[in-house]
Amino acid sequence: MCLGIPGQIVSISDEVNHMAMVDVSGVQREVNIMCVVEADKAPEDYIGEWVLVHVGFAMSHLDEEEAQRTLALLAELGEFQEELDQMQQGVTAEEQPL
Amino acid sequence: MKYVDEFRDPDTARKLVQQIQRLTNSIMAQRAEAGNTRPLQLMEFCGGHTHTIFRYGIEQLLPNAIELVHGPGCPVCVLPRGRVDDAVALASRPEVIFTTFGDAMRVPGSKKSLLQAKADGADIRMVYSPLDALKLAKENPEREVIFFALGFETTMPSTALTLLQAERQGITNFSLFCNHITTVPTIEAILGDPDMILDGFLAPGHVSMVIGEAPFQFVAEEFHKPLVITGFEPLDILQSLTMVLMQIHDGRTEVENQYKRVVQKQGNSPGQQAIKTVFEIRDFFELRGLGSVDHSGVRIRDAYARFDAERKFPVAGLTVTDPAGCQCGEVLKGLIRPWQCRQFGEQCIPQTPMGALMVSSEGACAAYYQYSDVQALKIKRHEGSGGKERAFT
Amino acid sequence: MSDVITLAHGSGGKAMEELIRTVFVSTFDNSELTNMEDQARFDLAELQQQGHRLAFTTDSYVVDPLFFPGGDIGKLAVTGTVNDLAMGGAKPLYLSCAFIIEEGLPIDTLKKVVRSMQDTAREAGVSIVTGDTKVVHKGSCDKLFINTAGVGVIAEGVNIRAQGAQVGDAIIINGYLGDHGAAIVDARGDLALQNSIESDCQPLNDLVQTMLAVCPDIHCLRDATRGGLATVLNEFAQASDCCMQVDETKLPIRSEVRGMCEILGLDPLYLANEGKLVAVVPSAAADQLIQTMQNHSAGCHSAIIGHVTATPKRGVLMTTGFGSQRIVDRLVGEQLPRIC
Repeated sequence: MCLGIPGQIVSISDEVNHMAMVDVSGVQREVNIMCVVEADKAPEDYIGEWVLVHVGFAMSHLDEEEAQRTLALLAELGEFQEELDQMQQGVTAEEQPL
Repeated sequence: MKYVDEFRDPDTARKLVQQIQRLTNSIMAQRAEAGNTRPLQLMEFCGGHTHTIFRYGIEQLLPNAIELVHGPGCPVCVLPRGRVDDAVALASRPEVIFTTFGDAMRVPGSKKSLLQAKADGADIRMVYSPLDALKLAKENPEREVIFFALGFETTMPSTALTLLQAERQGITNFSLFCNHITTVPTIEAILGDPDMILDGFLAPGHVSMVIGEAPFQFVAEEFHKPLVITGFEPLDILQSLTMVLMQIHDGRTEVENQYKRVVQKQGNSPGQQAIKTVFEIRDFFELRGLGSVDHSGVRIRDAYARFDAERKFPVAGLTVTDPAGCQCGEVLKGLIRPWQCRQFGEQCIPQTPMGALMVSSEGACAAYYQYSDVQALKIKRHEGSGGKERAFT
Repeated sequence: MSDVITLAHGSGGKAMEELIRTVFVSTFDNSELTNMEDQARFDLAELQQQGHRLAFTTDSYVVDPLFFPGGDIGKLAVTGTVNDLAMGGAKPLYLSCAFIIEEGLPIDTLKKVVRSMQDTAREAGVSIVTGDTKVVHKGSCDKLFINTAGVGVIAEGVNIRAQGAQVGDAIIINGYLGDHGAAIVDARGDLALQNSIESDCQPLNDLVQTMLAVCPDIHCLRDATRGGLATVLNEFAQASDCCMQVDETKLPIRSEVRGMCEILGLDPLYLANEGKLVAVVPSAAADQLIQTMQNHSAGCHSAIIGHVTATPKRGVLMTTGFGSQRIVDRLVGEQLPRIC
């Protein structure tokens, strides 16, 4: 629906208007972070956080654990796939050439 | 690029494609026993997904038994020509600086597009963010800055928060021409169509980022279709396809979330709050190709009428029917493939787009035209042969 | 002399004569110009010693802003025309330059641009031998427009043509894609993106001569300016009636350019370059040519990005990082940033 790209908050540029500088692979842009800040946390606490940027707004956090979990799932799929392929080729684990 | 490159790994893609192949084979075998040999029709609702699918040639990697139906989830594709005429009229007012996203510049109204209006002298400027439009208003106090607000729930918070900032800073020469659309009624309009045959859904991840998972439950519970909330990298799409196929294979219909690194179950509350504060649901709103759809648009609440360009300036509110022979509606609902439309590659080409699906790079027809062998597709239409064509032969 | 250009400077009187003498002639500083004739004159016999065909080209430059990271309108005005000559295998010799100046342009700005033109001309080994100046009313042109035309000589046996591509040929580019397009977006500032990317604006005539020395039989050669790599490949495919197959993983693109493209939804294949050439050469010569190019200052990131085939159809095909293939078509209009 809409182009969103991960970026890392590198500095707070305007606390009153909730603006921060975000870095996307070396390109920096000032974005609004109202949608990702909680009242009890100071804006500076968000420096280093990864957020999803859309039309100049940080719209969501990027959850590092979830990202790793998804990637792990995909990797597991890979091993599961190889075993399947080997079974289909009639090569059992013991006969596998070392 | 972190969180991007890891989700574009070709080896993982190949494994996902193999799993999709195996799942499809067993589903088709199951169905064949019941005499059903129709290909599986899976809709990716969002234009962003359509773009990734074509950019990575994903359709070619899929078995023939899967047909991807490219849905209407592209704000420019469903923008009625009458609203473009209204935008052109607003932009042509001497006191106005009209700001818009790049996507909307080329959409033709009944007479001209914003790009043509700019050439005729209207002060139309492309912006990346609504906040840039607000900045223009601050820098040009003697002019009236209007922002062409487009997009689904993903983009609504940014427009709402910009309006609230204008109010806070006492900026009065700023207003919105609001054309935001709601996702759920649009999906209902498609699923409600009797001749719609869809086997599963890839739901727009960035809409869910804002509104959460719950609003999509009706697709699983009322319409009994599997639905997976999907990210925008190629691996996200392939993984989501396997999850939809798994549900079909097991006979389940649920809402699953593949894009957990971004989408939280309850969505984004500050974003939802901003939307509720500034907008209210319209009784109905015209969506190009789908006609008038109840509750499918939002309007600015009375409390913020002074920021509503439709109340600040005379707006004709024209409704303009699509050119005769334009079959965008049928393509949007997946009833026909883009190349089965009689105008595709004939009168309707990127240079002279008849329908919105040919205008925006998100539109299915524009994507087919750019990434497929158009001549081969036209021959296939003339031969009248149905079925799935390779995106690239 | 007033510190701002006025209509007087374009009226043919003393003010214009002084401007030409103190800004143009003194900076470009060559015998042809100092004669102050209405035309430069050349001895044909002398030209014929360097080759048997004359190359002639022209281009206009309207870049906004006038100054951007890695270059300016002056450097661009010389580089663009020198490169167009070089792409024909010609050795660029002489340039003309015509200025259309909006009244009110600070003279210091004009001097900086002219200085940059002369520096680039010297680097490319060409002389600016004739020119013209017009001044227009405020608002009828955006600060400064420059047109340059150029003359060069093509040596015997050099026959580079867009129709020249043959099946099996290698496709080569001389470095990173999209730098100029990214630098302009940054400099223009309306999208408020800050990056440290510099335009790749550079003369390529010396690089081309070095390439010809190692591979005299270059089939096709063109600089990938507006419309980027995708446009040039489509032009070659059309003219040579063949298929240009490129491998996405071989395309050198800086991470910052990729970052900017991801934010704005742009495709680097279509971003403008001002110092990149696309060459189609016999595959046998490709490896040695690449090595030579990589040792040249204008080609250190040269890469073989694909090859020419007859099938499946005329056009440009890209093998994605995924192993799937997609057609790379020409754009209808300019590539606009998108949100969806």
